Amino acid sequence: MTGCDALKLKNIMEILEADSLTGHDLLDAEVHSACGSDLMSDVLAFVKEQGMLLTGLCNPQVVRTAEMMDMRCVVFVRGKTPGADIVDLASDGGIAVLTTPFRMYEACGRLYAAGLSQED
Amino acid sequence: MEPLTLRYTVDGDSFTTAGEASTDMKRSLKRIGADADLIRRASICMYEGEINMVIHGGGGQASVTFDGQKMEIVLTDRGKGIPDIEAAMREGFSTATQEVRDLGFGAGMGLPNMKRYADEMVVESKVGAGTTVRMVLYDDPQRNA
Repeated sequence: MTGCDALKLKNIMEILEADSLTGHDLLDAEVHSACGSDLMSDVLAFVKEQGMLLTGLCNPQVVRTAEMMDMRCVVFVRGKTPGADIVDLASDGGIAVLTTPFRMYEACGRLYAAGLSQED
Repeated sequence: MEPLTLRYTVDGDSFTTAGEASTDMKRSLKRIGADADLIRRASICMYEGEINMVIHGGGGQASVTFDGQKMEIVLTDRGKGIPDIEAAMREGFSTATQEVRDLGFGAGMGLPNMKRYADEMVVESKVGAGTTVRMVLYDDPQRNA
């Protein structure tokens, strides 16, 4: 992990103009790194530090992948709103779910500009 | 630390429920206080294997044993088998359908990921009969030192 600042989830919500769908009690939790991907096997292969996942995919395996990697938060980009089954799965696993209107490129760019590093 | 023995039946018809066994295994390992790095490596191995069982193997059986030092994960399916295991172990090699790829998997990273995170891995497969993947992981604090 390289030179990152930690951001609280509530700050990330502001940066991404995001809505919180579950995990409201986690908004003071800090995230140290982020990963943007629609390929879950890449997330499983290369992500090392606890962090958050930004994705355009909208299925339960996104949450399962995040849980396997001890991630605190999943952000669905492009305004995608996951179904109740996905939100419930995240809630059960203690993972916050956000949805942002920004596309992947801009969402990642905003977080990077705010000091959140990529996984190393 | 109490020893752990887990058995799962993996449903081959539901991509939605794929990963339930991995989630349960991870929570069980946390409950007994297993090392965090070991839990994460085991979770990735189990989860990739479980996904493989669903998308390629038509479901099957999974077993996990852990004595506090050594963990063994055995995944057995009765699917179509792997004609060329050496090719299947290469990153990027995939026979998955576009539908599976659209779900975020099937990019040819499953078996390579499992090999990356397991300390030992053996794949045995017979075309038309199925595949067994046996992985061993050790609680080794020096691994990532």
